[in-house]
Amino acid sequence: MNNSFKQAYWDEPLIFELGSRGRRGYIVPEPGEDVKRAVGEIGIPERIRRKKKPQLPEVSEVEVTRHYTRLTEMSYGVDNGPVPLGSCTMKYNPRLGWEVVSDRRVSWIHPLQDEDTIQGLLELLYNLQRWLANIVGMDKCTLHPAAGAHGELTGMLITRKYHVLRGQIGVKREIIIPDSAHGTNPASASMAGFTVVEVPSSSDGNIDLDALRSVVGDSTAGLMITNPSTLGLFEENIGEIVELIHGVDGLLYYDGANLNGIMGYTRPGDMGFDIAHINIHKTFGSPHGGGGPGAGPVCVKDRIVDDERGIRLGDLLPGYIVEYDEDRDRYYLKGPGEYSIGLLKAFFGNTGPLLWGLTYILMLGSRGLRMVTEQAVLNTNYFKKLMEDARGYDIPYGRGRWRKHEVVLSAKPLYDETGVSALDVAKGLLDHGFYAPTIYFPLIVEEALMTEFTESEKLENIEKYADILKRIADTAYRDPEEPHKWPRNTSVGRIDEVKANHPKTLAPTWRIYLMKSKHGEEK
Amino acid sequence: MPNSTREYIEKIMKKLGIRDIEELFNDIPGDMRIDRDVWDGLEIRLGRPLSEYEAWRYIDGRLSKNKKLKTPPFLGAGVYLHYVPAVVKHIISRGEFLTAYTPYQPEISTGLMQALFEYQSLMAELLDMDIVNASMYDWGSAAAEALLMALRVKRGRRKIIVPETMNPFHRRVVEAYLEPHDVVIETVRYDRVSGGVDLEDLKEKIDGDTAAVYLQNPNFLGAIEADAKEAGEIAHEKGALYIMGVYPVSLGILAPPGELGADIAVGEGQPLGLPPSFGGPLLGIFAIRYDRKLLRQMPGRLIGLTTTKDGSRRAFAMILQTREQHIRRAKATSNICTNEALSAIAVAVYLSLLGPEGLRELAKANYYIAHYASKKLSEIDGVDIIHFRYDFFNEFPVRFDKTGKNITEIHRGLLDRGIHGGLMLKNYYPELGEAALYAFTEIHTKEDIDLLVEALKEVVEG
Repeated sequence: MNNSFKQAYWDEPLIFELGSRGRRGYIVPEPGEDVKRAVGEIGIPERIRRKKKPQLPEVSEVEVTRHYTRLTEMSYGVDNGPVPLGSCTMKYNPRLGWEVVSDRRVSWIHPLQDEDTIQGLLELLYNLQRWLANIVGMDKCTLHPAAGAHGELTGMLITRKYHVLRGQIGVKREIIIPDSAHGTNPASASMAGFTVVEVPSSSDGNIDLDALRSVVGDSTAGLMITNPSTLGLFEENIGEIVELIHGVDGLLYYDGANLNGIMGYTRPGDMGFDIAHINIHKTFGSPHGGGGPGAGPVCVKDRIVDDERGIRLGDLLPGYIVEYDEDRDRYYLKGPGEYSIGLLKAFFGNTGPLLWGLTYILMLGSRGLRMVTEQAVLNTNYFKKLMEDARGYDIPYGRGRWRKHEVVLSAKPLYDETGVSALDVAKGLLDHGFYAPTIYFPLIVEEALMTEFTESEKLENIEKYADILKRIADTAYRDPEEPHKWPRNTSVGRIDEVKANHPKTLAPTWRIYLMKSKHGEEK
Repeated sequence: MPNSTREYIEKIMKKLGIRDIEELFNDIPGDMRIDRDVWDGLEIRLGRPLSEYEAWRYIDGRLSKNKKLKTPPFLGAGVYLHYVPAVVKHIISRGEFLTAYTPYQPEISTGLMQALFEYQSLMAELLDMDIVNASMYDWGSAAAEALLMALRVKRGRRKIIVPETMNPFHRRVVEAYLEPHDVVIETVRYDRVSGGVDLEDLKEKIDGDTAAVYLQNPNFLGAIEADAKEAGEIAHEKGALYIMGVYPVSLGILAPPGELGADIAVGEGQPLGLPPSFGGPLLGIFAIRYDRKLLRQMPGRLIGLTTTKDGSRRAFAMILQTREQHIRRAKATSNICTNEALSAIAVAVYLSLLGPEGLRELAKANYYIAHYASKKLSEIDGVDIIHFRYDFFNEFPVRFDKTGKNITEIHRGLLDRGIHGGLMLKNYYPELGEAALYAFTEIHTKEDIDLLVEALKEVVEG
């Protein structure tokens, strides 16, 4: 396939292989002689002092800068091109956010600083709390959790506490999760001590209601779903599902991963959910940083937990909530209180990503946020349309239904007929300078290509993307061996995963690698 | 911000055969729909989008209400103010790292993976541990996950032991994570004279049901745990895992967890190249010694060194993913997915810049300036330094009981003079009286300390 993309390749050594004795990249400000004299000898007991210097490289500033710059040139983010990873919502990250989070009035604030010294910062965070509550239709939010999965754990611990406070935790043991859910959902429920019960999806992409009815009962503590689902389909029976779960005093948890498909059209709170998390790094434009940091605020309804003691669901939220004292015109932090699930990390939350999200919201306003959803949904459906009759691909579940934030293609026909898999297709996309979609997920779709363009991609890129997918299939039918050799235009070719994971060659750090190459075997 | 024009929208609508965008949302039940006017009437910085300049003015206007201090705060307690070299900020601001996702496609992300592998490897050297994961959220959650891991490794044991001098914020995180798991958290006393863990008390409390002993060095009150090695031996004698929590800057001068027999080491990576950012992003350090049983139960992402399939180039891959949530689901070692990768890269750049000598000098600079401050503070009438026999690194409690003022009065007095004192300890260690925990780093100059001393004198005498 003709193509002009070629990623840089530097034969760049590891930082450990660079530099030489005595080189330095940074000079530490030295305490003056008078200071040293006043202190005298270091009084740390000898037995707890470091004996061996750490085996760190000795490199100059220019070497460090070049080394890491070269590594960036062998990386790929949204700034380089489309990253249509389904359910990851890889949108453009407006750069004003960087200015805000690097501002010393934000970055240089210690988390234990007196509230009186950070009134401006607290006001911003207070506003963000309220805006997010409005966006998801809930009553109270905590900005404490550091990521989506952290928010899920928060939600599950709140669910647990709810049943503890109602004296029902001995009975309420199960969390119901659809089979199309992200792996973090069952993992989070499990960390909170629940047993996970999986329910299947029906062919229209909704949860199989009969199957759900058969598992809902006294032991149901709650249900965790994302809506739209990972298939990009809006759960049409959500009203009935909510009734079923509330009918057995279960709580409904909304995984906010897919909020980009409904924002401004409906809200988790309006659908009947009790708890929702929000991924600031997905929906609200803070960058993913190669895997983090994110921020995963959690919002809840003002649901009564215990009337006698006057406990509301909001009292269970973890971390520090920003409150406003109108009389004194002063912002302050509150919590974690008596009924709170406590702290899930030390201190406030991931303030950097949170303020990036605030910047994003400011620059869009409510009208802009709705336009985000519209554009994202238009993009998804346009792409789906382009792929509908494409040879080698299938679009399972929910035939004839509109998708929301994402669409899942299946390369199963291609695989069955040519042996070319979703993985091969992904590598072919890389060769054209596009990042691949999420592959082999959701688990209910074979050879899945889960694709989400967000509002950031323009028409031409989506058409080009579809075109490449079709050309990949053409190649596969013509020459089924060729795709196994992709990618060719990336910094490196296919990776030896077997070697990477084999106990004999497994090398999670440079020191283990050196040890193994020296001894040729495992310790 | 949506990459869009009216024309573009109409073109797509035509291709989809719809006249109104609303049609795309007709599967949302009517009673759940939010009306356009209601949505626009909500308080979401409403209605009109702001230009970049207007947005900046809005944010700048509010941030200018923050109070400017005369010196950097004298706060620590797990997050510390160290200088961040310009190169660190420059590298992590580059879009190829900043705007990347988790490297699920390794061929196009080999640079990002190398940077993360280097973080794991550099941190392993600093800790003298064998394997480090690509990051946890922070020290507190890393400590909690380490204890959960110990309970899996030592299946059947239901007790863990933590010191009285564990960071109370971390302790709360541990309590929240462990609450669903039917575990007893036992607290071991500290020696009031040495400041270190009371080994006799530890021996008394540990038993065959103990899955892990956790120790923090330096501990929350700043004292150096000189008996850390002995504590580890006591843990191992009873078949428990030994977990250490560390402040990595101190490791330029203090023995690393690997030398002290730790099975798992955790800590806060923020002091190595990241600003405090009002509590996040931070960086949870998580390390183990090389042991297959431990490795199988380790939480979090791991990058491994390998080659391309044809063997021609060095390459990297995410390894042992069968431990993780996207494969193992409910049986995963943790639910963690998004972590603090960019923080890890910042730390890799920082450690590369400092090197072994830089790190030693940094630790010494912190030691000296803090000890200098302790001397100066103790010269003030009525001000007492709690100086434990095992010495401190860069943090120590200061008592004001003899000044006749309570700690809140002292704190407010300092603030009125543009100085932010240490963390008031009354809520955490009431037995210490009117005390605050003061931290000093290389960014505090002699002049900063003079200002603090002058202000304190005024407050105490006033």
